[in-house]
Amino acid sequence: MGNWRSEIAKVDLTRVRPYGDTMDDGKVQLSFSLPVPDGPEAVEAARQLAAKMGLAEPVVVHHEDIGEGFTFLILYGRCTHTVDYAHIQVPKVDAPRMTFDEINRFIRERIGRKITVVGACTGTDAHTVGIDAIMNMKGYHGEYGLERYPEIQAYNLGSQVDNEDLLRKVVEVGADAILVSQVVTQKDVHIHNLAALADLLEAEGLRERVVLVCGGPRITHELALELGYDAGFGPGTLAPDVASFIVQEMVRRGLA
Amino acid sequence: MTPKLHLDEAWIARGRAAAGRIADWMEAFTSARTTVAVERTVLRLFGVDGVNAEGVPLPNVIVDAVQAAGGLAGGIARPFVNGMLATGLSAQALAEAVADGSVRLDELPDMDESAVREAGLRWAEGALDRIAANRRRREALLERLDEGPAPLLYVIVATGNIYEDVVQARAAARQGADIIAVIRSTGQSLLDYVPYGATTEGYGGTYATQENFRIMREALDEVGEEIGRYIRLCNYCSGLCMPEIAAMGALERLDVMLNDALYGILFRDINPQRTLVDQMFSRMINAYAGVIINTGEDNYLTTADAVQAAHTVLASQFINEQFALRAGLREEQMGLGHAFEMDPALEDGFLLEVAQAQMAREIFPRAPLKYMPPTKHMTGNIFRGHVQDALFNLAGILTQQGIQLLGMMTEQIHTPLLSDRHLSLEAAKYIFRNARHLGDEVVFRPDGRIARRAREVLREAVDLLERIERMGFLEALADGVFADVRRTPAGGRGLSGVVMRGPTYFNPFEELLRARLGLEVQV
Repeated sequence: MGNWRSEIAKVDLTRVRPYGDTMDDGKVQLSFSLPVPDGPEAVEAARQLAAKMGLAEPVVVHHEDIGEGFTFLILYGRCTHTVDYAHIQVPKVDAPRMTFDEINRFIRERIGRKITVVGACTGTDAHTVGIDAIMNMKGYHGEYGLERYPEIQAYNLGSQVDNEDLLRKVVEVGADAILVSQVVTQKDVHIHNLAALADLLEAEGLRERVVLVCGGPRITHELALELGYDAGFGPGTLAPDVASFIVQEMVRRGLA
Repeated sequence: MTPKLHLDEAWIARGRAAAGRIADWMEAFTSARTTVAVERTVLRLFGVDGVNAEGVPLPNVIVDAVQAAGGLAGGIARPFVNGMLATGLSAQALAEAVADGSVRLDELPDMDESAVREAGLRWAEGALDRIAANRRRREALLERLDEGPAPLLYVIVATGNIYEDVVQARAAARQGADIIAVIRSTGQSLLDYVPYGATTEGYGGTYATQENFRIMREALDEVGEEIGRYIRLCNYCSGLCMPEIAAMGALERLDVMLNDALYGILFRDINPQRTLVDQMFSRMINAYAGVIINTGEDNYLTTADAVQAAHTVLASQFINEQFALRAGLREEQMGLGHAFEMDPALEDGFLLEVAQAQMAREIFPRAPLKYMPPTKHMTGNIFRGHVQDALFNLAGILTQQGIQLLGMMTEQIHTPLLSDRHLSLEAAKYIFRNARHLGDEVVFRPDGRIARRAREVLREAVDLLERIERMGFLEALADGVFADVRRTPAGGRGLSGVVMRGPTYFNPFEELLRARLGLEVQV
């Protein structure tokens, strides 16, 4: 009797491709619409496009007229490319995550005063969901927001806040950290907004004195670093993730 | 519709009575005031349109000039009609002359007061007759074409470019949509003017302009004729230009308007006084134009928890209903809002959703309730999202909602792709067809979870309404009773545009709308 465990296919981490139901089969599903009428030509066009995307044996499993001369298609194919997973390096927020109590204790013991955080959803973006989840008293998903932290003075300016107004508030209350939420990303408006704020802080000579953090569904830590922020948080972030980073970054940079 | 939740009629009556008293206060408050937006609306209804050399809309140019010259307490109609009589110019020609500086309204001779009133009312009659003609046109089209069974299928387009919107909207109509809403560009609600002309740039949506309204109306009428169904057009009558958008919509035959009494206050931080005055006039116009308004209670649940805040939705529905009645809206025009926003992780969450939706159905039996899909708990997992939307659709057909705002599996990712809308419509049509009469078959146990939950929410809503009444409405808003958001009477944007009416205030449109809608005349 052989050992079944040794019979299970092993992944080669230097040559990774998608897994459908067999190691290395490269199976990918995708769907898109084409601005051409439904028919054999539309199907062939989709197949050719999939082949150009690097999919071998592309199969159109569904195609349908969806009006105004458009066709919706669902395809499968085998990805011919691989990536070297073993050598990937992704910048991550590396501050350990602390709990509500640990964060408050950390502030008392390592900073020795209350810290002040100002948050806003900036530009024309009207979505308060993100900033509220992090800042509002009741928080989100069972984690209190920053307003509830006894050692944090939190100001949530809400949505559609101009960068200039945010800056005024930062100066007025002497903020230690700034949180910027960006939900609308159409035409990269979030990138422009975020970059403009970083520039503004730099121009006012405030950048070094604050911890600057952004967040939102399309925000990554890597993007945040590129834009001159100290950290970026994506979907699923809760208040302790952000607060843990802020307090440790303050100590690291000697802002305490 | 047979009641099946065993709700206590006495509690419903108490809630309605409390909301009615709050609305009486609101009406007295608003009828003592006007706003720059209301006065700009008067000009638009007289026929003023276009922009000056700097791109500022002419209604703004003129209202700003009159406000600077002596104030708006008497209303814009008197100086403007006086100007038309004194110069012999049409409304548009006079507006252009004021804009280029060749005429100053405050330097023209005063015409006879009764002549000004008579001419103002006569010209206003003409404008309202045009709106009435649009209303009759809609009724005739609905008579001849199909309108689809309730719940009407409502989808959004939001490309930012009106010409792409047209393609998406027409495809959606062919895919089965009954209502097309053109989402506005983010931030438009905070503009204290209405942009002009056809627009091709917007963030998260397309600017509401009269020309964009006209383009989309024509495109939908054309496709509607082809497929034999009247396609309703929806836009957003909210923000700092609420009544102006209502007027534009009335002139271009929009059918549905988001038009909440409190939304701008709570979610756009618009000054409460400003919004209360603006919503009243905007709703009178919508009432007369035969527009179905949609209210925005669903938004409460995006900030507050849907289980805990359920009663605030019902309380707000009561308030929106009573405000709407005082603006002349019939119950059939009240698309009161609510939403399917409970956490999918919740056990029996679907039962709570059904309780809420059925309760709204029974308390507002004639209102075409607007049911909003899950948004707060949608993730990047589009496959799970499609199932969440399916449950939402099942709740919608089971509880016989009026307008189903279809969810998109790509909610929280991007504005809908052409194919997202197609999949969404296909799923909704499937569920509605397969469960069409489920609501007629199902009754709920009087002591069961659903009926108990509905009773509990109703009682909490009535308690809240009576508390708001005791506190005072503006004080309640400042205390954060809705959506956990606090708004003070002097805070927010747009307060400088609120003006106390003087003893000689003249607004011929309001006078005529009150008469035509059968509303009491305010003295």
